[in-house]
Amino acid sequence: MLLQAIAFYVFAAVTVGSGAMVVVSRNPVYSVLFLILAFFNAAALFLLIGAEFIAMILVIVYVGAVAVLFLFVVMMLDINVAKIKEGFLDYLPIGAMIGAALLAEILFGLGVLGGTAGTVSTFSKAGTQALVLDNTRAIGRVLYTQYFYLFQVAGLVLLVAMIGAIVLTLRRRPGVRRQRVSEQLYRSKEAAITVVKVPTRGGVS
Amino acid sequence: MFTTVSTFLTTNWLGQAILILLECLAVTVPLLVAVAYMTYVDRKVWASIQLRRGPNVVGPFGLLQPFADGLKLVLKETIIPSSANSVLFIIAPMITFVTALVAWAVVPFNDGWVIADINVGILYLFAISSLGVYGIIMGGWASNSKYPFLGSLRSAAQMVSYEVSIGFVIITVLLCVGSLNLSQVVIAQAGWFWNWFWLPLLPMFVIFFVSALAETNRTPFDLPMSEAELVAGFHTEYSAMTFGLFFLGEYANMILLSAMGAVLFLGGWMSPIPYAPFTWVPGIIWFCLKIAMLLFVFSWTKGTLPRYRYDQLMRLGWKVFLPVSLGWVVLTAAVLQFGGWVPKH
Repeated sequence: MLLQAIAFYVFAAVTVGSGAMVVVSRNPVYSVLFLILAFFNAAALFLLIGAEFIAMILVIVYVGAVAVLFLFVVMMLDINVAKIKEGFLDYLPIGAMIGAALLAEILFGLGVLGGTAGTVSTFSKAGTQALVLDNTRAIGRVLYTQYFYLFQVAGLVLLVAMIGAIVLTLRRRPGVRRQRVSEQLYRSKEAAITVVKVPTRGGVS
Repeated sequence: MFTTVSTFLTTNWLGQAILILLECLAVTVPLLVAVAYMTYVDRKVWASIQLRRGPNVVGPFGLLQPFADGLKLVLKETIIPSSANSVLFIIAPMITFVTALVAWAVVPFNDGWVIADINVGILYLFAISSLGVYGIIMGGWASNSKYPFLGSLRSAAQMVSYEVSIGFVIITVLLCVGSLNLSQVVIAQAGWFWNWFWLPLLPMFVIFFVSALAETNRTPFDLPMSEAELVAGFHTEYSAMTFGLFFLGEYANMILLSAMGAVLFLGGWMSPIPYAPFTWVPGIIWFCLKIAMLLFVFSWTKGTLPRYRYDQLMRLGWKVFLPVSLGWVVLTAAVLQFGGWVPKH
C-alpha cells in the first residue's frame, strides 16, 4: 500500500509539473515533449487505479498518434516565441475563466459543490459489474449497451470533423500527372512493345 | 538449500525484487545476443543473395564479427555536433533502445513463461511499439541538420500511417480470440499448423508483415534513412555508441515484431503437428524457430526489393491497407457472429 501511495504521488507530481512546463517552456518542441510526459504519467495513474485498458488506450492514441502529429507540425513551424508571449497577459483572464469553469464542472460532477452526483452513481454501478469481469470487457459491456446511442453520436461527431478537415484541406490542382497503379498493372507486353525485324541498311520508319 | 532459496525468492519482498531482476536479465541478455547475431545473419543473407561471402574474417566463419563491431562502436568517440540540442540528442537513441527492450515483458516464450502476464498484453505491445518513433523524431530534430530532419519527418508520417493497419490486424486477431492476453492468443491457436491464424486470416498476416517492415524502417520502406537521398537519414549526425543504440534498437524492434507475428499468427510456442515426437520439443524452440523464419524474410526482402517512392508508400498505407484491413475486420466480425463462432470466455 505504501509503495502504491509513493508511486501515486510521484506520478501525480510529474504529471502536474510537466503540465505546467507545457505552458511555461519557451521552445514549443519542449512543450510537446512535456505534454507527452504528462500523458505518460496520466496513463501510469490510470494503471494504479486498475484501469489498464484506459491507460493503454491513452498511450496508444495520445502518445502514439496525436502527439506524434503535434510534434510533426510544431517541428516544422518557425515559431517566434517572444511574439506569442506578448499577448500572454491579454489572454490570461479568459484562460483563467475557462480553467475555473472546467474545475467547477469536475467538482459539480463529483457532487462536491452540492450536485446530485448522478454520474458517480451510474459509474460506480458499472464498476460493481466490473468486479467479476476484466476491465476491457466491462467497458465494452457498458459502452455498447447502456451508452450505445451516445457512443454512436460521438463517432458521428468525429466523422463530421474528419470530413470537415478533408474538405478544408483538399485542393484540386489541374494538370497534375498522377500514377494510376491499376492501369500500370493491366498493361501487357504486347501493348507496350513491338518487336521489329530491322533489315540491314534498310531501317524502319 | 533449494527450498530455502525458493521460499526466499517467492515470499520475501527483497527476494521478489531479485526474482524480477533475474527474470528481466533472462530475457534481455539472450535478446541482446540475438540482436548481435541478427546483424551477422542479416549480412550473411544479403551476401548470399548478392553472391558474396559476407563477414568471414573475424573468428571461424566470421562468427565474432558482431562483437568486433560492438567493441569498435564502444571505443570510438561520441561526437555531439556543436549546434545540436545535446540533451535531446543523447536521449533519442536511448528511447529507441529502451522501448525496443521493455516491450518484451509481455511476450510469452512458452506456456507460462512470461514476465508480466497482463490482461491487456496485446495493447501494451502495440502501445510500446508505437513509441519507437519518438527516438527517431527527436534524434532527427535534435541533430539540427537538414538530412536527419527530413528523415525524421518521413519516419513520423510513415510510422503513424502503418500503425493504423497494424491496429486493425490486432483487432481482427482478438475478435477471433476473445481476449487481449497474449498467452490466450497462443492457446486459442492450439492444434495443427493450419489452425494457426495465418491461414484463416491470410490477408491480415500479409498486411501485418508489410506494415512491420514499414514500422521498423526496413527495405522497401527505409525512406527515413535512404542513403541515396538523405546520407543516412535520421542518424546521419550520430557516431559511436549513440549510433550503436539506434542500430541495436532497430534490430531489437525487428525481432520484437517478428515475435509479435509469431504470437498473433504462427501459434507462438505451439508445435506445428500436435503429436508425440514434435510435442517433446520445448515450446521455446518452436517459438524461436518461428521468429527466425520471419527474420529471414526481413533479410530476404532487404536483399531483393528496391525502395518505394514516398508517395507510393503513403498510397499503400492509406488507400490500400487501411480499407482492406477495415473491411476484413467487418468481415471477420460478421462471420464470427453469424457462424456462431464467437469465442466465449
